[in-house]
Formats: sequence, structure tokens, C-alpha cells
Amino acid sequence: MMKLEAIIQPSRFESVKDALREIGVEGMTVIEARGHGRQKGHTEVYRGREYTVDLLPKIKLEMVLPDKLVQTAVDTILKTAKTGKIGDGKIFLSRVEDAIRIRNEERGESAL
Amino acid sequence: MHSQEGGFARARLIGIVLLIAVLFAGTLAAQTPPASAPAVNDQMAKLDQRVSAAQSSADNAWMLVSAALVLMMTGPGLALFYGGLVRQKNVLALMMQSFALMALITVLWALVGYSLCFGGNGSFLGNFQHAFLRGVGAAPNGDYAATIPHLTFMVYQLMFAIITPALITGAIAERMKFGATVLFMTLWFLVVYAPLAHMVWGKGGMLNAALGGRFPTLDFAGGTVVHISSGVSALVCALYLGKRSGYPRQPMPPHSLVLSFIGACLLWVGWFGFNAGSALASGSLASSAFVATHFASAAAAIGWMVAEWLKNGRASALGAISGAVAGLVAITPAAGFVGPMPALLIGLIAGVFCYLMVTRVKALFGYDDSLDAFGVHGAGGTIGALLTGVFASRAINPIFHDAQGNALAVGWIEGNFRQVGYQFVGVLTAWGLAAVGTLALLKIVDLLVGVRVSEEHEIAGLDITQHGEEAYNLET
Repeated sequence: MMKLEAIIQPSRFESVKDALREIGVEGMTVIEARGHGRQKGHTEVYRGREYTVDLLPKIKLEMVLPDKLVQTAVDTILKTAKTGKIGDGKIFLSRVEDAIRIRNEERGESAL
Repeated sequence: MHSQEGGFARARLIGIVLLIAVLFAGTLAAQTPPASAPAVNDQMAKLDQRVSAAQSSADNAWMLVSAALVLMMTGPGLALFYGGLVRQKNVLALMMQSFALMALITVLWALVGYSLCFGGNGSFLGNFQHAFLRGVGAAPNGDYAATIPHLTFMVYQLMFAIITPALITGAIAERMKFGATVLFMTLWFLVVYAPLAHMVWGKGGMLNAALGGRFPTLDFAGGTVVHISSGVSALVCALYLGKRSGYPRQPMPPHSLVLSFIGACLLWVGWFGFNAGSALASGSLASSAFVATHFASAAAAIGWMVAEWLKNGRASALGAISGAVAGLVAITPAAGFVGPMPALLIGLIAGVFCYLMVTRVKALFGYDDSLDAFGVHGAGGTIGALLTGVFASRAINPIFHDAQGNALAVGWIEGNFRQVGYQFVGVLTAWGLAAVGTLALLKIVDLLVGVRVSEEHEIAGLDITQHGEEAYNLET
């Protein structure tokens, strides 16, 4: 059981979400985030005053997946989230100890 | 022969006598029914009354609409325009300042304000003749507007007195206490606005061009009274209050240009009431002012956009609407004196000039005129007032006459170069009164209640700290 966190371009979000559903990802949590990596921000000018906006809008996806689905999910995100430009984002994987469904206290992969 | 001639002569004489008798009888007959002469005069008088009542109704309809349009410029026009330019935490405070002035100035106007501006015939200030609106009723005031009820004239002028201090709020934005703002604006209205309005528009006022002022300054709709006075006072306020905490290091971009956009468009429409309404009648002068207003605004929007495009490679929405407002400001004193082509030129000049004021000049001196009340209204009002002296035309508004009633040259282009000098006098008077008055009043208000909020409150935002509200509770 692994947690997958992906930070992606907002413009790619719909395609990534649909592609993940196709391969059988049951659920995800989506956060509208702002941040920056190596991508530079942009400049805005209001009545001659320039502002550098270096925190850019991103979408962060979080999902916990059964082991057998992890590699397919990673491949799907790599394929659908890529625009080839700086700022496409990152994927983080981490091991998850346990999962508990609050409704009926199921545990482990069956709780996902 | 002879007798025949005598017969002819006799016949001729009889004919003439008969003719005279007939004519006489005819005249008598016309006059005979003794009751009918007064009846005709009566009819004529009634017709006359009906004609002037019709004209009065037409003028009154336009003036009431104009008054409403000018109020719309403050709320929602200016409140939205300014409100969008501040940060999210200060938008209500900004709008509240405009709205509070709508209420405050109205009450002051009814008590003494109107009378101080338009009562009596002093050189500098009105009197208490119309205090509590005494003598202001349905009968027109012939000195100012002979065809509309005095009440209409009074309420129309009130709307100008509301928007003028509201314009200043652009320079005190995001850092002045609400209580201090109310106190300052009350005093400012009495000490700066009322004398200036009387000098320029009041009977006997020293700058009044229409009613025999010593220095006849052309100011059709308030270039000096409204825009220079508020713009210069705004600069003094910005300097006195100091910069906003974090300015200019910390980014303070407008929180909603959509609000500003709607506000600017409402200002543009409202300005037809402001300028065309200043004809105080619905005749051809109103049409002329309407057209000049519209053309100047359009040209100024283009001027600002082009300047920005050349500088940044892009024309911005904020630039376009700022330019339009700058053009409206600059054409205000000229609206009823210039034709469409000079209006285009005045607008274009104002658009580029105000662009340079808010981008270059403000950056050069480093003052925090937060929403550019000085850069647009002070600068645009000044350039507009001076250009009025250049382009004013007797064909549009024959305001000056010689003893025989012939129209004299008005602006410099018609040969009256002295008018530019008079415009300078008007501009300098407005600058001087606004600067000195504002500085003194800020000092007084600062001693009494303190003008600036604490830094802690400034960071939390004025909406929460001054009014206990938030503008956007989107999550609830």
C-alpha cells in the first residue's frame, strides 16, 4: 500500500483525473495549491508597478493505492501530465502503514 | 369739362371719405367688443406660461436625471472603481468611506453647505441666506438656473459636493481611521470645498466667469472645484499619512480588476450627468458637453493604452479604464466650451500625461498615492483647466460679451490669450486652498483623534478592525 502525491499543472488536471479513473483508481483527494520549483514566476504590471509572481497555481493529487496499481498509476500520470516544459511538477511515493475505513473499521487494502 | 372735372373731384372726395369711414369703422369694429382685448392678452399670457412651463419641465427632467447620474458616480461607480484596486482586506472600508460621504455631505448640505456654496454674493464664500434650505423651493433661482426649480439646482449641486471628498479616499486608502476620515471630510467640505465652489460658481465669486468674477476662470463642470481640489488634497494626505506598511517592497496588486472595470464604466456613464448636466438645461449646450465628454474619454483611453503598449509591450485593462477616467477628468472644465475635435485632443493629451504621472512621477518621488487620486484627478484636472483656456470657443459657448451684446473671443485659439492667465489664477487658487487647508485640517484631526491606524490593524485590514466585517465570506 503506497501513498502517491503528484503536483501537476492545473491545465493537465482533467486529463490526469480521467486517465486515472480508466486504470481503476477508485478515489483521490485534490488540493488547489500554490508553489514553485525550478519554474520561474511571471511579472504583472499595475499602473507601472511591477510585481513578480513566483508562487504559481498548481494542483496537488493525493491517493493511497494498493501495491499492484502503483506502477500503472505512475506511468499514467507521467504520460498525461507531461507538457515537456519546466513546471510540469513531481510525483512522490511513500509507504503507508495501514488504512482504516471510518464507517465499518475495515483495515488494510480492503479499506481503500 | 370743368363741371365734369368737378364731378370727378366730387366723386373722388366721396370715395376717400367713404374709404376712411370704412377703415375707421373697421378699426372700431376690431376694437368694438370691449371684453375681447384683455381676453387676447390673457390668452397670450397663458400661452407664454405654458411654453415656459414646457421648457421648465424639459429642463427639469434632464436635471433630475443628471443629479441621479452624478450620485451614481460615487456609489456604486467610485466605490467599485477604488474598491477593486485595494487589497481584499480593505475593500469594505474603502466602499464605506464613499457611502458614508453620501450620507454625511447630504446632511451638511441641507444644514449649511448649500448656503455656504451658493448663498449671497461674496467674493470668497457664501453666507447663511439659505441655511436649513430656507428659501429653496419650487421657484427657480434666476442667478443660477432660471428654468428649473431651485430645489433641483440645489440637489444637483449636492451630488458634486459628495463625489469630491470621496475622490480623496483613493489616497488615504488602507491606512486611515474611519472616525478620523469622517471628521476630516466634514471639516474639509466646510473649509476647502465650500469656498472654492463659491469662488468658481457662486454669484460674485472672484473666479466666476459667468457672474462677473474678478478673475474669470472657465470651469464648466468642476475641473478646479472638484478635481484639482480633491487631487491636490489627496497628494497632501498621502504625504502626511506616509506610505502603507510594506510599500513599495511588498506586492499590493488590485484584488479585483473586475470591480474596478464595472466602476469605471459607471463613472463614464455618470459623467454625462456631471458634464452635460452642468449646462443646467437640456438645450444644445448640454448636447455639446455630452459629445465632448464622450470623445475625450475615448481618446484618453487610447492615449493611455498606446503609452503602455509602447512601454510594456501590452495594453492592460487597468490602463484602459484609468485612461478613460483621466480623459473624463480633463474634459470636465472644458466640456461646455469646446467642440468635438479639441475634446479628442484634450483627451489624448490627458491620457498620456496622467499615465506618465502615475508611472514615472510617482515612482520618482516615492509618495504612496495608493489609488492615484492625485495622478489622475489632480494632474488631469490641472491640465484640463489650462487646456480649457486654450481651446474654449465662442461658437460653443458665447460666455463673454461686449457692451453691445456681441460675443467676444473666449479661448487662446480665438485670440484671447489672457484666458490662459485667468485659468492659471484659478488653478493656483485651487491648488493653494486645497494644499494649505488639507494640511491644517489633517494636523487638527491628528491631534484630536489620530489619523492613522496602528500597524497591527493595518496588517489585519481595515474591514475587520474599523468595521468588524469581511467583504468575502466565501466559505460560509
